[in-house]
Amino acid sequence: MDINILTVFILAVFVGFEIITKVPPTLHTPLMSGSNAISGIAVVGAIISTKIGGEIGTWLGLAAVIFATINVVGGFMVTDRMLKMFKRD
Amino acid sequence: MGWTNIFYVFAAVLFILGIKQLSHPKTARKGNLTASIGMLIAIVTTLVAYGELDLRLIAVGMIIGAIIGSAFAIRVKMTQMPQMVAIFNGFGGGASALVAAAEFTKSGEITSFTLSTIALSVFVGTLTFTGSFIAFGKLQGFVSGRPVVFPGQQILNTVFALCLAISSIYLVMNPAQINFFYALIALSAVLGITLTIPIGGADMPVVISLLNSYSGIAAASTGFVLMNNGLIISGALVGASGMILTNIMCKGMNRSLANVIFGAVGLEQESVSGNGKQITVKSYSTEEAAMIFDAAEKIIVVPGYGLAVAQAQYAVREMADYLITKGKKVLYAIHPVAGRMPGHMNVLLAEANIPYDQLKDLDEVNPEFEDCDVALVLGANDVVNPAARNDKTSPIYGMPILDVDKSRTVIINKRTMNPGFAGIQNELFGYENSIMVFGDAKDMLQQLLKDLKEL
Repeated sequence: MDINILTVFILAVFVGFEIITKVPPTLHTPLMSGSNAISGIAVVGAIISTKIGGEIGTWLGLAAVIFATINVVGGFMVTDRMLKMFKRD
Repeated sequence: MGWTNIFYVFAAVLFILGIKQLSHPKTARKGNLTASIGMLIAIVTTLVAYGELDLRLIAVGMIIGAIIGSAFAIRVKMTQMPQMVAIFNGFGGGASALVAAAEFTKSGEITSFTLSTIALSVFVGTLTFTGSFIAFGKLQGFVSGRPVVFPGQQILNTVFALCLAISSIYLVMNPAQINFFYALIALSAVLGITLTIPIGGADMPVVISLLNSYSGIAAASTGFVLMNNGLIISGALVGASGMILTNIMCKGMNRSLANVIFGAVGLEQESVSGNGKQITVKSYSTEEAAMIFDAAEKIIVVPGYGLAVAQAQYAVREMADYLITKGKKVLYAIHPVAGRMPGHMNVLLAEANIPYDQLKDLDEVNPEFEDCDVALVLGANDVVNPAARNDKTSPIYGMPILDVDKSRTVIINKRTMNPGFAGIQNELFGYENSIMVFGDAKDMLQQLLKDLKEL
């Protein structure tokens, strides 16, 4: 295995640990929902998987694209809907 | 593929900035936009960088996915937000598992390293998928919201996990044996269910947050399958930040993660409440309650899930507005885990245009109860249960609570006398200074407001 790819992974884990420190409870739900939309990054894998040959592979790829897109589109939209409502006086 | 990685890193930077901005009320909405631009960049980069893609198939899939996702996102009620996040998350985890499965069906040689990462993606992805759907079902009421516990459950889970590990090892050693692959899928699916059903009540949000973290891990391991930096970085980010958020939520309840997952809070309590002493409560009409409000100067509203169920956020605001015009001080006390999800109440009250600076969190508001005339508890239970402070046998012992009992009068609105979602009886209801007003939160508030105006 390429050692670089492992380095990248470990560094990303550390960044992930560090970015969330003090979050006001007000934003827990939108934050969870927003990071959930980011986990829809699986869509990248889904797109790549459509080139994997074979009939079963194609169907699996299509299902993966649909699932991941639901996650991405739904996730970002619903987060925006929530955050739109947060107002100050 | 040098430039591809540059774009992936750029997308990841936007995700990081997005999450950072999402952590502050002022920049939160911009943060969501930043992250979605990052996603767009990641998608376009992939489409351009990889040849031989079935673009028509991708377009069809994305259109179908976008229609379903946006339909959900537009139509969902704010009260249903926790289950919405759960279901989206389930789809994300499912997608990772499908990608890994598609890669497995690819003909040709697969290295044992790739096979191990495929097994990991399928395992975590499938577990996230079924676990999220159970969480959705529980919150939506399709499945019992109570913890489902049976004797030998932990042993059974351990057996499942062992079988899973064995099938994974066999699969890596004999990739031609497709049955091991099916066994892996089936066992992961079952484990997702059996690990989620014993969890209930106030612990649900933690589970959703944890499953969110898992879906990141699943995406990252799919990244190792496909050797794609974009997936690895972003998946790792979500996996790790989700863990931290899960941890923050556990701390809010003064519990450890292990205790949340294996504690099965809710079942033990039934026996506890069964032995507990009878509680005698005083039940008032809204008219009588209105007189107490009329005499009060400082009022703290404590919203809970009952408010969400009754869709009473607008009724609360109307009443609060009226009380404010009468020169009274109104605050909102938000417990970190009130509702079915951390921040759930904030979202609902924001929907009713209540400015977020009127909402006070636990540490800020607790000293305020000392000189508070009326604490109005709307369908909250566990977060105001004094047992957390003084009953060592209570499963919620040690959880920080809102000290509503310190107020001169506590008016508690509940539908019935049934214990809360977590199934714990609340001695607060029997206190000297406690008054119960039964009924649906919205109806009660509207009636109360009417009575107040007639005084």
